[in-house]
Formats: sequence, structure tokens, C-alpha cells
Amino acid sequence: MKVSRGGVAAFILSGIFLCGPVVCGAELSALLHTIRRVASDGSGNQEAARSWRELVEQDAADLPIILTALDGAAPLAANWLCLAVDTIAERTLARERALPVKELETFVLDTGHDPRGRRLAFEWLTRVDATAADRMIPRMLLDPGVEFRRDAVARLLVEAADLTAQDQQGAAVAIYRKALGGARDNDQVSTIVEKLKSLGEKVDLPRHFGFLMDWRVMGAFDNTGRKGFATEFPPERELKSEAEYAGKEGEVRWQDYTTTDPYGMVDLNTPLGKLKQTVAYAWTDFHSETAREVEVRLGCKNAWKVWMNGELLFGRDEYHRGMRLDQYRMKTTLKPGVNQILVKACQNEQTESWTVEWQFQLRVCDSTGTAILSAAMPEQP
Amino acid sequence: MNRLLSTALRVLGVGAALFLFTGADWLRFRGPNGSGVSVDQGLPVRWSETENIGWKVDLPGRGVSCPIIVGDRVVLTCCSGFRQDRLHVICFHATTGAKLWERQLWATGRTMTHPAICTATPTPASDGKRIFAYFSTNDLVCFDLEGNLLWLRGLLNEYPNASNSLGLASSPTVIGETLIVAIENDSQSIAVGLAANSGTTRWKLDRPKLANWASPVVLGDQPGQLPQVVLQSGSRLTVHEPGSGRELGIFPAGCASQPSSVAGDGVLYVPSGGLTALRFTPGSKEPDVLWQNNRLGASTATPLLYRGKVFTVNGSILKAGDAETGKLLWQLRLKGNFSGSPIASDGRIYLFNEAGLGQVVEIDDDRGRRLAGGELGEKILSSPSMAGGAIYIRSDEHLWKISSTSKGG
Repeated sequence: MKVSRGGVAAFILSGIFLCGPVVCGAELSALLHTIRRVASDGSGNQEAARSWRELVEQDAADLPIILTALDGAAPLAANWLCLAVDTIAERTLARERALPVKELETFVLDTGHDPRGRRLAFEWLTRVDATAADRMIPRMLLDPGVEFRRDAVARLLVEAADLTAQDQQGAAVAIYRKALGGARDNDQVSTIVEKLKSLGEKVDLPRHFGFLMDWRVMGAFDNTGRKGFATEFPPERELKSEAEYAGKEGEVRWQDYTTTDPYGMVDLNTPLGKLKQTVAYAWTDFHSETAREVEVRLGCKNAWKVWMNGELLFGRDEYHRGMRLDQYRMKTTLKPGVNQILVKACQNEQTESWTVEWQFQLRVCDSTGTAILSAAMPEQP
Repeated sequence: MNRLLSTALRVLGVGAALFLFTGADWLRFRGPNGSGVSVDQGLPVRWSETENIGWKVDLPGRGVSCPIIVGDRVVLTCCSGFRQDRLHVICFHATTGAKLWERQLWATGRTMTHPAICTATPTPASDGKRIFAYFSTNDLVCFDLEGNLLWLRGLLNEYPNASNSLGLASSPTVIGETLIVAIENDSQSIAVGLAANSGTTRWKLDRPKLANWASPVVLGDQPGQLPQVVLQSGSRLTVHEPGSGRELGIFPAGCASQPSSVAGDGVLYVPSGGLTALRFTPGSKEPDVLWQNNRLGASTATPLLYRGKVFTVNGSILKAGDAETGKLLWQLRLKGNFSGSPIASDGRIYLFNEAGLGQVVEIDDDRGRRLAGGELGEKILSSPSMAGGAIYIRSDEHLWKISSTSKGG
């Protein structure tokens, strides 16, 4: 019988499992249940603290049960549980007792568990088993846990560098390609791209990350006094490709804009000019064959808002405080067919050289950062 | 304000003010009352890798936060991981440097910061029995001294734009049973007062939408006075009742966004217009401006009030002013640059520059004199802490205890 992770968590929380030395069965279940109920406003903290104090008296043998309770837990509750695991494991080792290494390894290798719990189990396991990482990490290149992937990629980079040094370029390319398949962090990806380039290989970075390259842009509307961020300009009410509206200085209409930047940077200064105190919109259609949950990830140093099919995902009125890949992560759902993604990007009044940028990069991916491509996305030349 | 204070004092009792005096511990950013001043004596004036290092320990991750010292415990925060999303709170034994406990949580808020800082930039606070650790991710965690978890909050969940893409650096302050956190930035700017025993929100104030990295300061440091919390921002400075957040006073002028204010003898020294000395007097919501001197401006480091003088660091220049008149008394060029703030003890000022060079300045009325100090050889952006006859300072990799090894360290 295949049991889903949510089912396993529910099974544990129902109290049907073996006893630990301090509390067992329903009592342990009740402790975990109380902790998992903590709310983000702090309510439930005191009840959780009482349960936590009992929970950390459990024997290390119960660690897999506590780790399993992370499955489906809210981020705050997950931290309560992780801190309990740390406390029990630390005390166990301080008393020179054994951690349940076999069970921890089984837990780590079960990719259905929450990646945070698996990583925590792995870190305690590797403190007492020096060979565990060598045994496990090479198999984790495509793991749902991004830290595991990162470790696996790092090993492949060493292997590929060794092959390059041994003048085995063909084998090195194959290893770099393999590493790229698992790499999701840009420092590793950029290293791989550089190495492959030196070996005569090309990488389609927009496709690797899933950057959206083809947009319609419209602007500029007025952002004097930074009031444009909160102003609902016409594209927020309707998306019509032939529409014309009164902008800040005359009529504005949608114009096609395709970025060629390998990191998908949509530089609004290019199609619209280096404007100040302005608002622009960018619109793209994302084609999905199925309904599915995704993350929309944005990098932007201007004030911005993002909509998916007319639903506002998030917005932020901060200007020129920095930008990075995946700066903002927004969970949303794609519908089958065409999905309209609208970005609002505002430029403010600052005149310093570092405030010229009016740009964003946006991609669609899953929770590991693996690109989800629009069915209409062409390969880059 | 006087009537309000009198009423509150009757209700709470003057004992409420005594929280400010907890032996020689160093319980928050810049120690007792945020003053940066220790009553310790006999601290080393010279150190190196082989001299006057009580101990040196490895750290699991980066940090700009300062260690706090609670009795025989030294508590520090770090962050690790490619995304800076692993948040550590570590407790060391002050005498031996042995790690007593370490707890780790996952960031629930944004982890982006300026490369120079990191998610472990705010300094933890303690009331002597609990530790309150706050991170740039807006994660707050409270432990007892044994490392038992008392509560957790992830404030970004409730205030989703209360973050700064350059990172948050303001350190929390605990006053009585309220923990005060200022989260001031361009998008959603707030200050909150949380119940120290449960983490639930007692009050929340909307603050000016301006990036600000300064820390709340406690005003009312004299026995019998009711402590108030001072929040500074780029557009104004306000004084609040800690338990309710009620605004008691306002100084309607912009303040620096990085150096915090410092208070002493009922006077508040504010990095505004250079440096401005304020006294909030009974019956008036706005303070009396005692003096203002634009030659005493501070760059990043928080001013220091010590032995009747106020010291600021501007670039690599240490400046001494008369605390009563604001007159610039003397200046001394040091080896900069400084991100951390100066602290003082036993007639000396201790500063660490970004290159890890510790500098000791002996002060008197008309000049400062450089003593030996010492090189630690690592980048240091945090401020030193001082307790139990020792200086504690951290880099991204290590925490040092600098103490006289001839006395057994």
C-alpha cells in the first residue's frame, strides 16, 4: 500500500504508533498536534511551549516520528519541531548515547518527507556517520530538497574539474551537463555555464531557469510623488492588445518587447526611454497544458505588482534597495491554456546613477526552482 | 507627560525601572541601556593571536550581530546556507568557550540582504532570564538560558512587506515584559511591542516609510524613572510607553538611519543635524534642544556617552564633544573604516575597524591617546561587547574572548 506523506503525518498525529520512553501513543500525538497548531500571530505559543518541553524529553528513538510531523506543517510549526529535534539530538550525543542512524537514513532517503526535516535528519546523521554523505549525496542530484541538490552538484563540479585537468574534455562536458540538470542556484549554474563555454558548449539559460522573454510593454503612466504604485491605471482593469490610453505624456499603447538577456532581464528603459516618476506595465501569455501549482519568481529593484489571470499575487513599493534572482516567490495556480501575467514596474524620482535601472526578471518554476516552461517558449538561438 | 509618568509609576511601582541594572551583564546591542559603557576594569589594551586571547571558537555561519553576555553565558546569532536561511542561536560558556547549546531554525521571511551584512545582523536581547533573538528575516525566537524554546514568531507572515532588500539591522530591546522591535523600511514600516512571555503582539505602530537600521533606545535610566522607548527614523524621533506603545513625545526632525541614539542622565543624544542633545521635560510633548553641533555627526557607528563627553566616529575620525555644551573638544584620526560602534571602560574606548584591527584610545579632557590594541586578521563589521573583565568580538568565522590571560583568562 502506498501511503501519501500527508497520510503518514495524519497517521502519526492520530497517535497510532509505538511508545517512546516518556510519553507514548496518543500523548505524543497530542504534543505534536499542539505544536502544529501554533499560529503566526503568536497565539498557541504558550501551549506549544509546554508541549515542547515534554516533547524534548523523548528518547532519540522518537526523532523520526517528530521529523515526520514536519510533513505539511506550517513554517512556524516546522521550526518548533526542528528545534525539538536539535534539542533531543544534542542531548543524546552529549550523553554519549546513539542516534537512530538507520532510521534517520531511511527518513532522509524518503523523498516524500518534508525537505526541511530530511535535511535536519541528514545533518545529525552526518555528525555521527562520516560516510553517510558519500553514500547518499551522489544520488540526490534531482532531490526535492535544494540543499541536497546543491551538495550533489558541488561533487560533480569537482569531478568535472578533475576530468578537465586530466584532459578528458568529453567526459568533463558530460559531467557538467549532468550537474546542470540538477543545479538550481545561480552561483553553481553560472560556474557550470562558464566551464561549458570554455569547453565549446552553449547553455540556454532562459530555458534552464524558465525566464519569460517575450512581453508586451506599455508606458509610461504617472508616478509623481510615488503615487502611481497605488493608482489603478487601465491595464489593471483590462488587457486588450489594441488598446490605447492617456499616459503621462500622450497616448500609450502595447508594444512588443523581447529581451535577449540570458537572465531574462526586461529593461524598460530600452523600449520606453530613461524616464523618471513613471509607471510601466508588461504583459505576457503563459501557455500551460494542465492546471498546476507553480511559483512565480521575480527579481526587481523598482516598486512592482504582479497579477496572474487578473488576480494580484503581491506588490511592493520599495525602490532601488537591490535586486537578485528569485528575490520574491509567489505561489499561484496555472489554468490549462493561456494564463495572463501582468507586471507593473514603477520608477521613482531619484537621480543617483544607481537609480537609473527600471527592470525586472520573472520566471515560472516549481518549489525547487526547476523551470516550468510555457508551451509557447522557443529555444534561444 | 509628567502626569502620565506619575500615574504609570504608581501603577507599576518604581521597581519596574530596576530591570535596567542587571549586574555587569551585557544584555543587548551596546550593553547596559545601549550605552556601550561597562563598569569593568583591568581590560587588556594589547592583544594578538597569542596574547590575551581567553579563547577563540569557530562559528557555523556569518553574522554582524554582537554577542550578549548573561551571567556565565555568551549568546550569539549566525546564519548559514547559500540563501542565508539557516538561523543559528548559540550559547557558549563565558569562562571556557565551550558550546553549551546551539539551536537552528529555518528562515520564514526574505533572506536577501546587502552582501556586507546578512540575516544575522540584529543583536539578540535578554532580560537576564530569557534570550530574544531576532533576524533580518523577521523571525523572532525566545529561549530560556538552557536553550529551551519559549516562543517563536515569523512577523513577515503578518506584515508581508515589512522587510528591506538591503536587510534589517535594528536590534530588539526588552523593557520589563515587553520586547520592542523596530522594522522600518520603505514599504511597510512598523514597530511592535510583543509580550516577552508569549510573543503575542501587545501593540503595533505604523512608522514612517523610510529605510532605517537604528535600534530602539531606552530613555529613563535613573532609579525611580519609568523607562520609555525611543524610536528614531529619517523623518522624526518619537518616545513611547513600552507596555502600550503610546506616543509620549516627539522630536519632529529627521535622524540618521544607521547610528542609533544614546541616552544618559535624562538627555538623549541623537544623530540628527550632526549630533543633537534633547531633553524631554514634563508638560511638553516636544523636547528642549540643549544643543546641536553638526561637527559631531556620526557615520555608521552609534555615539558613545562616557565620563561627561560624547564621542562620535565619522569616517576614521574619533571626535570628542562636551556632553553638556556640545563643544567639540578634540579629534583623533584612527585606522578606519568602522561599521561597528565604540564601547568604553576604565577610561578607554575600544573600537574595531572593518579589517579586524582593534584600537584602544585612552581619553582625558583635552585629547585621546592611542594604545596598542591588536589585530585579529578577519573582517569585523560588528561591535564589541564587554562583561566579566573581557571583550567579546566576532567575525563571520570566529568569536573571540579577549581577556588578560595572565590572570587565567
